[in-house]
Amino acid sequence: MSTANLNPKKRFENFELYVPKLIEKKEYFGPGHRACQGCGEALAIRMMCKALGKDTVIANATGCMEVISSVYPTTAWSLPWIHVAFPNSAAVGSGVSAALKNLRRKGRIPDRYVKTVAIGGDGGTVDIGFQALSGAMERGHDMLYVCFDNEAYMNTGIQRSGATPFGSSTTTAPAGKASIGNKTWKKNVAEIMVEHGLPYVATACHSYPIDFMNKVKKARSIKGPSYIHCLSVCPTGWRSTSETCIKLGRLAVETGIFPLYEVEYGKYKITVDPPEKLRPVADYIKPQGRFRHLAPDQIKGIQERVLMEYNKLMNKVKHSKSWDELKAL
Amino acid sequence: MGKRIGMENALAAAEAAALCRPDVIAAYPITPNTHIPEHLSDIVAEGRLDAEYICVESEHSAISACCGASGAGARTFTATSSQGLLYMQEVLPIVSAMRLPVIMAIGNRAVSGPINIWNDHSDIMYQRDTGWVSLFAANGQETVDMVIQAFKIGEHRDVMLPVNINLDGFQLTHVVEPIFMPDQEEVDRFLPPYKPFAQLHPDKPMSMGALGLPEIFSEAMRAKDEAILQSKKVVLDVWKEWEKQFGRRYEPIESYKTEGAEILLLTMGSMGETAEVAVDELRKDGMSVGLLKIKLWRPFPFEELRKAVRGAKALAVMDRALSVGGPGGPVFAEIRSALYGEPKKPRTLNFIIGLGGRDVQVGDFIKMAKKTASTKKVKPEDAYEIYGARE
Repeated sequence: MSTANLNPKKRFENFELYVPKLIEKKEYFGPGHRACQGCGEALAIRMMCKALGKDTVIANATGCMEVISSVYPTTAWSLPWIHVAFPNSAAVGSGVSAALKNLRRKGRIPDRYVKTVAIGGDGGTVDIGFQALSGAMERGHDMLYVCFDNEAYMNTGIQRSGATPFGSSTTTAPAGKASIGNKTWKKNVAEIMVEHGLPYVATACHSYPIDFMNKVKKARSIKGPSYIHCLSVCPTGWRSTSETCIKLGRLAVETGIFPLYEVEYGKYKITVDPPEKLRPVADYIKPQGRFRHLAPDQIKGIQERVLMEYNKLMNKVKHSKSWDELKAL
Repeated sequence: MGKRIGMENALAAAEAAALCRPDVIAAYPITPNTHIPEHLSDIVAEGRLDAEYICVESEHSAISACCGASGAGARTFTATSSQGLLYMQEVLPIVSAMRLPVIMAIGNRAVSGPINIWNDHSDIMYQRDTGWVSLFAANGQETVDMVIQAFKIGEHRDVMLPVNINLDGFQLTHVVEPIFMPDQEEVDRFLPPYKPFAQLHPDKPMSMGALGLPEIFSEAMRAKDEAILQSKKVVLDVWKEWEKQFGRRYEPIESYKTEGAEILLLTMGSMGETAEVAVDELRKDGMSVGLLKIKLWRPFPFEELRKAVRGAKALAVMDRALSVGGPGGPVFAEIRSALYGEPKKPRTLNFIIGLGGRDVQVGDFIKMAKKTASTKKVKPEDAYEIYGARE
């Protein structure tokens, strides 16, 4: 059930009673990592780990999360964790998954299911790690890939990636007299993953923890490849205040900019209902310094595009059929 | 008991790798190594080997998958050549820093450009400093033996490093040779099952591949350097054990008719066998000439080299790669550095030969040996020449 439309008081009623039943108490990520104040990505990783539980191996691409969590000789991870390089967490995960499968079959590790999860930021997923991601997903390894998308290369200093939204000012696509900033629209990797024929693809955001964790649990239960694209607010790169992290994630959903949905065996489903009337994109854009330079007519252009994309998705939600339904046609 | 068979060397390398019972194999096609992974995939498909064969989408992912699998405790194997090896390069020093004994066969090939699929040693020379133990085979038998030895060397607790086995593309990969192929029982006796020192598993969670700040990076590099330097002892021990069990002797620098030789030729890889014939002919003509063949490229056998050249008047180093804008060939650079502090050392010349598959025949070695004998003084700027290159 969606909670987005409920008023805040009602939303938190019986919080103490229900939340411990919904969320594992044990921490697998941190405390003691070095993420910035208000980092949505670190929060999302913490939730993901809780949803995955103990029997998990993580393959991490180079990026903020590796840097803030693994300064030798310390580690924030109490799950088995491997980091190799920037473009290859999906490939490293392939190897881990293959090894776990083979060693379990041969009786060299305990006979129980351990999930391999590869993670990366948007740069490590949609740009430099895209080939490895595509290959690993197409090969069908038993592996979940989670992209924590904060919409630019934040670790190296807010450079533009293929996931950077239109009109955002970054250090390599800066706004100026002759430029609006980033001139391209965000690459939709979740859709590309659907076209890889994955049994499970979802979008998520740390601002909807139960929704995100349910998706992680569902992906974990699928013995095969799955993909979750998690929008992760980055106050440092978005030039927003730390305390607005959760709020911005909610605004991304409520404006229709980043709808939360899942595609299970080909069937699209909205998992967090947006408000009946979407909020204007300006509500999302205004609190962020990266969009500060945008003029009203430019925001209007973004609004039009967002609506078009949103309608495109809703059209799929309405008309898509699951693989089983398609077989029976 | 093993038996003597006739087999293409690449297929034999695959058979040898399969005898080592790898758990995970990940490889990507590139000429001329391709027959190795192809044949391994056959062996897996026939059910002769219980391994996961991952058809990765690139060499970068091949080595990355091997790295992940090895981290999870699997015995892993891959193979590549040339551009593929260069594409792996980002990951190679990480594998050695993580102390993961991934084993790789390299069908050595020139590096583009211009694009060229034939043999030289440029590909491995770009990887010289990646912290892998590096072996060079001169024929099919050595290839088979070294593949099996590599697992034992790399997995030894005092080493824990990746190992590559270099076999010349086409000259070795595509040639059918008579080979003594050990049987499974013999290999099992030589190579115990892999017991990883650390592995990714929730029962004992650990972090692999942490961030090394400036406070720790130098120490990490020193640790890697010490590990590979100390691996020489294990290499020698493993070779002794091999000789005891299989009767074939391996040395870091093998010598052929070097006793009392005034002129020494030095090669690495398959051309050693051609050079042997040249030495035989020159000896018949009365020239005091011998041959050295490097089998262990990393760690570099400095001590053995100094000993091997002692007493010689001239040394000709044959390189199958060129360090452009540098001192000549990479092997030559190593050898001059090894001899720099010696009170008495031979005159040293460098011939860059066989680039991009250029044929090098017995007559060429004879010419180079004669030139070495007649060159009484070597000016540093004339120390190397690209032999046979037309103007």
